[in-house]
Amino acid sequence: MSDQNQNQNTQNTDNQFSLNDDRRVRTLSPGALVLRRFIRNRVAVTGLVILAFMFIFSFLGGAITPYSEDQLFYKYTEQNKQYAVVKENTEYRYSSLTPKSFPSVAQAKFVLARKNNQETFESKGTNYTIREEGEEFYAIYTGKGKVQTLAAFATFDIVSSMEADAEVPFMMQYEILKAVTNHESGFTYEDQEYTIDGDMVLEEGREIAYASRYVVQPLMSDVFLSKSFKNELIEVVEEGGKEFTFTDEDGTTAEYSITYDAANLSYQVLQTTQTQVFDTYSYPSSEHWLGTDRNGMDMLTRLMYGGRVSLYIGFIVVIIESLIGVVLGGISGYFGGWVDNLIMRIVDIFYCIPSMPIIIILGAAMDALRMDPQVRMIYLMLILGFLGWPSIARLVRGQILSLREQEFMTATEATGIRSSRRIFRHLIPNVIPQLIVTMTMSLGSTIITEATLSFLGLGVKFPFASWGNIINDVNNTFVLTNYWFIWIPAGVCLVATVLAFNLVGDGLRDAFDPKMKR
Amino acid sequence: MRKAAALRQPLGAAAPDETYNWGDVVSKFIIKRLIISVFILIFVAFIIYLLMRCLPTSYLEQVARSKSMQPGSKSFEEWMAQLSATYGMDKDIFSGFIGWCGNAIRGDFGDSWKWTVPVVEKFHDSVWISFIMGGIAFIFEIIIAIPLGIIAATKQYTKTDYTITIVALACFSLPTFFFASLMKLVFSVKLGWFDLGGLIGRNYEQLSAAGQFADKAAHLVMPIVTLVVISIGSLMRFTRTNMLEVLNADYIRTARAKGLSENKVIYHHAFRNTLITLVTILGGSLPGLFAGALITETLYSIPGIGYVSYQSMVAGDIPFSMFYLVFLAVLTLLGNLISDILYAVVDPRVRIS
Repeated sequence: MSDQNQNQNTQNTDNQFSLNDDRRVRTLSPGALVLRRFIRNRVAVTGLVILAFMFIFSFLGGAITPYSEDQLFYKYTEQNKQYAVVKENTEYRYSSLTPKSFPSVAQAKFVLARKNNQETFESKGTNYTIREEGEEFYAIYTGKGKVQTLAAFATFDIVSSMEADAEVPFMMQYEILKAVTNHESGFTYEDQEYTIDGDMVLEEGREIAYASRYVVQPLMSDVFLSKSFKNELIEVVEEGGKEFTFTDEDGTTAEYSITYDAANLSYQVLQTTQTQVFDTYSYPSSEHWLGTDRNGMDMLTRLMYGGRVSLYIGFIVVIIESLIGVVLGGISGYFGGWVDNLIMRIVDIFYCIPSMPIIIILGAAMDALRMDPQVRMIYLMLILGFLGWPSIARLVRGQILSLREQEFMTATEATGIRSSRRIFRHLIPNVIPQLIVTMTMSLGSTIITEATLSFLGLGVKFPFASWGNIINDVNNTFVLTNYWFIWIPAGVCLVATVLAFNLVGDGLRDAFDPKMKR
Repeated sequence: MRKAAALRQPLGAAAPDETYNWGDVVSKFIIKRLIISVFILIFVAFIIYLLMRCLPTSYLEQVARSKSMQPGSKSFEEWMAQLSATYGMDKDIFSGFIGWCGNAIRGDFGDSWKWTVPVVEKFHDSVWISFIMGGIAFIFEIIIAIPLGIIAATKQYTKTDYTITIVALACFSLPTFFFASLMKLVFSVKLGWFDLGGLIGRNYEQLSAAGQFADKAAHLVMPIVTLVVISIGSLMRFTRTNMLEVLNADYIRTARAKGLSENKVIYHHAFRNTLITLVTILGGSLPGLFAGALITETLYSIPGIGYVSYQSMVAGDIPFSMFYLVFLAVLTLLGNLISDILYAVVDPRVRIS
């Protein structure tokens, strides 16, 4: 310092116009003094570092991250879909020529007749004759004497066509079952020769239908179960297996699991398929450093964009409130009199308006109107700014009132400086230190307010991220308990930013205060 | 000798031979403030009324429609008619407002839409739990924040001061919802000491009277801790700043120069002067205890006035919201009035000017 002074002294002596000692004091401008005092405050500098980090994180982070704000991520999961049900037939199943020719009343009578070993029975004025055509295979005829016609047959086996959607004609079913139950090697139907291999019906070597005691029904409407699938499935079921793998004609292999449903006496077949789903709540990994959120979006990217939104809103709101506050407070303090009185009463009124409830009500109203999230964000900023100015107006007014009475203002008046210059050159610069401190502090509180609103779901809405609405997920207790990576990082960012703003504000206050001695 | 006599009463800056009648001056002051407050209240109520009127009508209709959808509810037209009658929606804004004021002065704030009981009745049901919660938190806040603030000020620029200041700022910067979530995670989920929310446990009805009391108290622990931690920061900083200001005053230097012990200087001379502002601020925040803690109560589902009005506001219950907003405005004005009066009562210097 003394070296510098001497240096200054030699310079001063060179300069013939400068003889005063007070020139030496000006080696540090007031701004530099403030800066020096601020830098010496280690806590405040820490705050500044945190803020710098948050700004880089939020504004540059979005550019660096490979993902976009609302990019969705997917993953494949194995899902068990109900595929088919297998039931062993233990009751007679009836096939009738026409739906009316063997109604359910007649079916009941048939069962009774079978129990009593009767050959004939009667139902609703129609006489039926039972004829055993094979092992547990009964044909039922109507009519008397020799003019008997086949009305229906009852059996445990079921005939299914090899082709999807194709039905085997009634009479052909009859012929097939007759042949199968009697273990015959073939039959003739409509002048066509058919051969039988086990329970498979072949037409010139081609498989066309089969008879089976197991009923395998698909549970999904668009699924056709092939014979080979059914055969393999039934084999596994008969062996009591639980797992089943099947490769169809196209070569796609699927896994099935079989569970026995005691209530329906049937086997449920579940197909295990790979399904593409949103990659929700995945744990932190190398791909997603902080995992993914409930919508399957990258958490770290959301956090960056959320910080951007929170900081934007904070700054814009504080700028709005300071503009209104400085103008109204300045007018009020400078002019005084009835203008001051009027403005101060307006300030009093605004002080009494409970801002949080009002914003909640407006938020709920905007919810009800399904407002566009972007427009909503602008409204939120305007409302917050418009409700926040009174404290700044009060501060500016108080400052200007006290400054107005000080000697330097009397001096400006005496030297005849015009009033606009007096306001902007001498009054406002003296208010600015206090103003900057208040603005820094209120940046922090605005960010908290915005986050609280977004947390309640009334602030920034879904496609946009905000630290508040990221933490909102914690309302789901399962997330609170199990997915720390969803809400803790956002909360830490929020606390760090607000704390940093407050630390810097505090440091600035001390630095601006010339009475501060260290 | 005279100097010493003057120093013995640091508060006694007022000259003893003033001929003011204190009681008269104070009551005049109070009356003036009261009149101003009433005017401000009318304006605030008007702005709130205006806001309610300016809510898009489609929103009101939507609310009325969803209300009328509920089983056994009045018809849509009836809801709309009720709304119009209570708020003078059919009249122009000014006469509607005067009508509302007339009802409000008579204590008739209409029937709540959400709770289907008169607004005032629901208010009576919920305000006391908020008051108890707020009151306990307030006491703890004072017990913790003021001593710490004083310690920080007396040990300015030491490690203690820095620690206290940073802790105060950290508390001040904590968003309520984040802190509450952390509390829930630690004390409800991990440790299982408290329920996640609500005022009574699930076996409340089976408990004895003492058990019921203990159950409620246990449910209030986390909300109260949250409230204390969130609000402790600003009071701590306020105490510190004020104490520093007082410690830099001339009479403290004199007291030290006189050779008084440091304890006496701080707790006898400095602290008493800090009390002036503290009492004013704390007195002014007393009415606020009735306002309820909107966010904290909502987070812990404590059925106090804050949670009840949050639910009302989100559900678009205009009668209740209107009442709550005006009630809050009254509390703010009352707080300002109390702190102004206290300021005049506590600090003799103010009375002269």
